[in-house]
Amino acid sequence: MAFSPASSYYWKGFRDGAPFILVAGPFGMLFGVLATEAGLNLTETMVMTATVFAGAAQLTALQLMQEHAPTIIVLASALAVNLRMAMYSASLTPFLGKAPLWQRAFAAYLTVDQSYACSIVRFETEPDLTVPQRMGYFMGSVTPVTTAWYAFTLVGALLGAQIPESWALDFALPIAFLAMATPMLRTSAHVVAATVSVVVALLAAGLPYNLGLMVAGLAGMITGARVELVLRKKGLWT
Amino acid sequence: MTPDHNGFDSATLWIVIAGMAVGSFALRFVFIGLVGDRPMPDWLLRHLRYTAVAILPALVTPLVVWPKATGGALDLPRLLAALVTVGVGTLTKNVLAAIFAGAATLYGLLYLL
Repeated sequence: MAFSPASSYYWKGFRDGAPFILVAGPFGMLFGVLATEAGLNLTETMVMTATVFAGAAQLTALQLMQEHAPTIIVLASALAVNLRMAMYSASLTPFLGKAPLWQRAFAAYLTVDQSYACSIVRFETEPDLTVPQRMGYFMGSVTPVTTAWYAFTLVGALLGAQIPESWALDFALPIAFLAMATPMLRTSAHVVAATVSVVVALLAAGLPYNLGLMVAGLAGMITGARVELVLRKKGLWT
Repeated sequence: MTPDHNGFDSATLWIVIAGMAVGSFALRFVFIGLVGDRPMPDWLLRHLRYTAVAILPALVTPLVVWPKATGGALDLPRLLAALVTVGVGTLTKNVLAAIFAGAATLYGLLYLL
């Protein structure tokens, strides 16, 4: 096992990550199209996609900027969408925390839904992997997704202006986000958190500066954490 | 400061891009880079677990109920498309299947109605 090179784990990761091209490709294209529709030029779109590297947060920022939300609210909301990355980072730390700092910095940049989902499953099922093998696997799993994300954002940005209004792209974001969030509802605590967030979002929609989003998000998070605690006390948490 | 984009100007955009780039990296780096292999408090992890399922629905709900394309009026194709997306996502746990089902519903109803 110790002699199995990290590079073979890179290719294992690559194979496991490849199917996610089907998610990252269309999502990148959607961002490219919507960014162009919002008036971003090619440079702005590609710099944003390469430096932020988080589709859901990027789409959130686009949406709020077009609603004239104050910059601080745009940033706070977009980063709130990205808070789950902190959770991924926390969850990967026991497995990759001993790698050299430069590798951890690289892994941090590449921490996305897909690389996390692939890697955590592999790391938990093969606890004897060395840190270089794990890092190789992680990098492999994110390579196809990253390539697809850059390339399809570019395609979307180039197509953007030509897409007619009858395509109802205004509703691509809600559908994409609902499709992403629904499979995450793994426990009753997640379901209650999402339900509270929907109800509060409707009640708080009138708040100024798009604060309704922050209020509803926080309410959902606190509710989810509370429900989890209650279920744990009753021994119903698995 | 004239808005050269849809409702915002270049300076605002670049501030948002820079802030998001730094902030997103910080969120990803904070544990793996700074905490290393020390343990983290349970209460923090417990709240972080629910961020995605709390923030994404909160962002989407107003867009579903008051779509801008109809001037904020409740719109049957968009409402049903959202419900179908959630339904298929729940049943299949498959992001792509949910997206295709939602898009098919939206286009089907926009075409019929």
